[in-house]
Amino acid sequence: MPTISVDKYKLYEALGQKFTTEEFEDLCFEYGIELDEDTENEERPIVNGEQEPPQLKIEIPANRYDMLCFEGIALNLNIFRGRIPTPNYRVVAPKDEDQYVINVLPETAQVRPLIAGAVLRNVKFTKDRYESFISLQDKLHQNLARQRTLVSIGTHDLDTVQGPFTYEALPPRDIKFVPLNQTKEMNSEELMTFYEKDKHLGRYLHIIRDSPVYPVVLDKNKVVCSLPPIINGEHSKITLNTTNIFVEVTATDATKLEIVLDMVVTMFSEYVAEPFTVEPVRIVSDHNDSTRVTPSLRPRITSVEIDYLNSCTGLSESPESLAKLLSKMAYIAKPSDKDANILEVSIPATRPDVLHQCDVMEDLAVCWGYNNLPRTEPNRSATVGGPLLINKLGDIFRTEAAMAGWSEVMPLILCSHDENFAWLNRKDDGKTAIKLANPKTLEYQIVRTSLLPGLLKTIRENKSHSLPMKIFEVADVGFKDESLERRARNERHFAAAWCGRSSGFEIVHGLLDRLLLMLRTSFITREQAGKPDGYWIEELKEDTYFHGHAAAVHLRLNGKEQRIGEFGILHPSVLENFDLRYPVSTLEINLEVFL
Amino acid sequence: MATQNTPSSGDLPTQLLQALSIQSPLISSEAFPAVPALEIKAALDRLASRSMITYQTIDKEEIILEPEAEQIAAQGSHEARVFEVVRQALEGLTIQELETTIGDKTVANVGRGKAFKEKWIGKGKDGKLVATVDSIKDTTQTLLQQLKEGKSADARAVTDLKKRKLIKVQKVLNFKLEKGEKFALEMVKEETDLTSDMLASGAWKTANFKPYNFNALGADQDAGSLHPLNKVRHEFRQIFFEMGFEEMPTNKFVETGFWNFDTLFVPQQHPARDLQDTFFIADPKVGGKPEALVEGQDPEEYWQNVKEVHQNGKYGSIGYKYPWSADESLKLVLRTHTTSISTAMLYKLAAQKGPDGRPPPARYFSIDRVFRNETVDATHLAEFHQVEGVIADYGLTLGGLMEFMELFFAKMGITNLKFKPAYNPYTEPSMEIFSYHEGLGKLVEIGNSGMFRPEMLEPMGLPKDMRVFGWGLSLERPTMIKYKISNIRELLGHKVDLSFIKRNPAVRLEKE
Repeated sequence: MPTISVDKYKLYEALGQKFTTEEFEDLCFEYGIELDEDTENEERPIVNGEQEPPQLKIEIPANRYDMLCFEGIALNLNIFRGRIPTPNYRVVAPKDEDQYVINVLPETAQVRPLIAGAVLRNVKFTKDRYESFISLQDKLHQNLARQRTLVSIGTHDLDTVQGPFTYEALPPRDIKFVPLNQTKEMNSEELMTFYEKDKHLGRYLHIIRDSPVYPVVLDKNKVVCSLPPIINGEHSKITLNTTNIFVEVTATDATKLEIVLDMVVTMFSEYVAEPFTVEPVRIVSDHNDSTRVTPSLRPRITSVEIDYLNSCTGLSESPESLAKLLSKMAYIAKPSDKDANILEVSIPATRPDVLHQCDVMEDLAVCWGYNNLPRTEPNRSATVGGPLLINKLGDIFRTEAAMAGWSEVMPLILCSHDENFAWLNRKDDGKTAIKLANPKTLEYQIVRTSLLPGLLKTIRENKSHSLPMKIFEVADVGFKDESLERRARNERHFAAAWCGRSSGFEIVHGLLDRLLLMLRTSFITREQAGKPDGYWIEELKEDTYFHGHAAAVHLRLNGKEQRIGEFGILHPSVLENFDLRYPVSTLEINLEVFL
Repeated sequence: MATQNTPSSGDLPTQLLQALSIQSPLISSEAFPAVPALEIKAALDRLASRSMITYQTIDKEEIILEPEAEQIAAQGSHEARVFEVVRQALEGLTIQELETTIGDKTVANVGRGKAFKEKWIGKGKDGKLVATVDSIKDTTQTLLQQLKEGKSADARAVTDLKKRKLIKVQKVLNFKLEKGEKFALEMVKEETDLTSDMLASGAWKTANFKPYNFNALGADQDAGSLHPLNKVRHEFRQIFFEMGFEEMPTNKFVETGFWNFDTLFVPQQHPARDLQDTFFIADPKVGGKPEALVEGQDPEEYWQNVKEVHQNGKYGSIGYKYPWSADESLKLVLRTHTTSISTAMLYKLAAQKGPDGRPPPARYFSIDRVFRNETVDATHLAEFHQVEGVIADYGLTLGGLMEFMELFFAKMGITNLKFKPAYNPYTEPSMEIFSYHEGLGKLVEIGNSGMFRPEMLEPMGLPKDMRVFGWGLSLERPTMIKYKISNIRELLGHKVDLSFIKRNPAVRLEKE
């Protein structure tokens, strides 16, 4: 969730009321934003000899792009509190329409195919407004625009450039200009090197770096306005004194392009000489069917079912009352002439998060107040509860092991490749383990295929504990399985480890006997194997274990024979790998076979 | 064989009993001044545990004279001794003569200096030491003699003597003993335990049993134990069972992007699908398209519906309007939530028919491990447990969801919930659940809930009027609060302390 810092007393002034921190917190809670911090009583930084005024840090839900700046927060809260109506955002054609054109060249399709534009005329900037304008662009770049990959914004002093503009894609060497806040002209190849180490801009270079052509917005006289999504030109830089602003937005995603342009222009159209008006730009882009005039700013009209609104919220309000309530959330709603169950709802361009009538329904609940909604009996139908069988089986093993004096541990499911294989003297055949693509550390390379690494690491971390240590775990391991939709499956295992001055071999063996006895599975000798149901053990020669002191556990259940696990004294080299100084015996079996 | 006449600690109890038979009460230091106090105490404890005597400890501070002080008490202070010798020598004394006369170099030197300071002696014409006063008062000696006799003295003077290292203050244990209920002159042999031999022989009838020490812990049970997280999980499962919930098959760590995100109406460019947040699988890399969960289901239709609702909008939704990618949807990930399983359960439910021919109401829950590619710190691990509940029914209302949450959390002793509007891609309305925390003095978030979006439910084929509540919380957070753990790594994972696991008490969520 983005956090927006706003000047506390300027916001209160804009809301027409002073709040205590608690009162403002309550307002936020009711609306669905969150007051994260009030810096009034904190040490605030001193910038240019002046202490920063108290700030409110407000967390905004990730879908409310219209509240990512001071203007949006003030506007929406004022509408919510009934102080002002929803603004009527309008597109007003300029006098010299021909100038406000962006001609899109087909080459742009190779790198960043989409562009839109708008003009804010006779804007009155102050220092606060100017900073808010820059900060909004930054927030949009970070969130909705996914670090400028999907969308990026360029804003220019219109009086320094001349339309019509072109949006082109050129070889990097052919784009030469002085980048924003620089003095030296450079071509885009040099520019890439120049900004390589830049903390702020360096992270955007990759978006176009390897493309043979770079996107560029040029004016009539081939002045470079911007090299999206990296940087604007110094030439058309906006300042506090700028009054006419040319906004161009480039993108790879058409929907987000319109949303971003709408947000930038609606939020700041408040400061235009005729508030809430925006001048359009004509985009000529026949090659990809994108010729159009931007922005549209037309509200979206949708039909919302009245019985749906009322039944989901448990209300029984009249259409008129619903319409009045919804105005608090910036909707303009009126009952339909044709259908008594329909409310025609006009959704302003600032609310692209509204996709379905369920979004309107949620806002209705917010207008009413979540905590004031009528409570209803939650149990509409009787249902029958029950456990998952593998969990029920696992619980039998857990309780029996604990009753036998063992302690349950819960290590992690992810582990390093070495812990799962090399350290246990096991080989990876490449067909077994699920491997992660992007772990942040070595600890999370694979999904464990055995419970042993976790148990051994737990013993390692408990060196100061008295001996013997008797621990167990019942949990899932994971395997690759090409036959399944997810190409992987879980398997429930039981594993236990004994660590003491002597090996504890007979003790883990005894634990196996005890657990299987509790599952009505009886011990049979190898000679009897193949006749009655039961389990038997066979000497096992695997490098995980000390030779001659390990056994495979075999089970014959309903006539089906299989190896379900093994136990033994761990090989001294395994102990060394896990940094263990006392003998350890382990037992691990697969529980799925007992389902 | 050597006979021993001095009293040994072995028969000290008997000696004490004999002394007590003559005089009761008895003060131990008076009757047995030579026996160390600790030995006396051991003997008294043995007797008292048999109720043969009772005793009280008399704790006293005693002033002990150091050897130098003993000398002063007996012979006078150094300066007084010097004065006396000088006074007696009519002709005065040289320093050498003083030393010889006193016979102790230290006493002569220290005493001379002090006597000068007190102006008791001075130097005569010939440089010899002469007395300058007729008589003196040796206060140090008087004081030390008083202390030696056990008399009290001026506190300041005592402090001064302590500083001069002439005396030290020592705690002295002394006991006042009296006859007890079972007083006798001899100690009887006592049995520590009832044995089978005693039962067989009948010896138990006459045997004397040593009283049990009621101030000590019993024997260690070497007990097995369950992990606190699983104990809390058990409590949650009980709550769900009590409320008619069926446990979901969450034994799947790997999911396709389809089940983990797309079916939940999480757009493909959503930050949750970043490498920064989600573990992607390198091997195996790509999963398959959804398969039918119930015979007769058309998973291809579901796949297409999901694509449509994202890309172009459907079911009354305008959708996200972006080109939906099948490749992205088939990428395998470690599930980031168990909601992927809830989705599969609801998809299965959509194909079921109740008595009225429509999917029947259902309640599902799960508590299982989920994975996030987080940077590990005190409150974040790459793995944690999600507690999740789902209720599918017709005509559900938000008021019903809130009322259900009140019931659910009341079973954990959490009441007076507050609900805050929130955002979540797959629930609308979404509500964060808060409860007032007495300790912190503010509302704290305890869970998340909402109604699943129609864009998630209708592609499955669920009827439009079937509404579904979903809510979730982590298992670790309430467990950390319950067991007062501040670092999640001390709870989940191999860095847990085994002693903590062995000693963690029962959960009893309903008790504060």
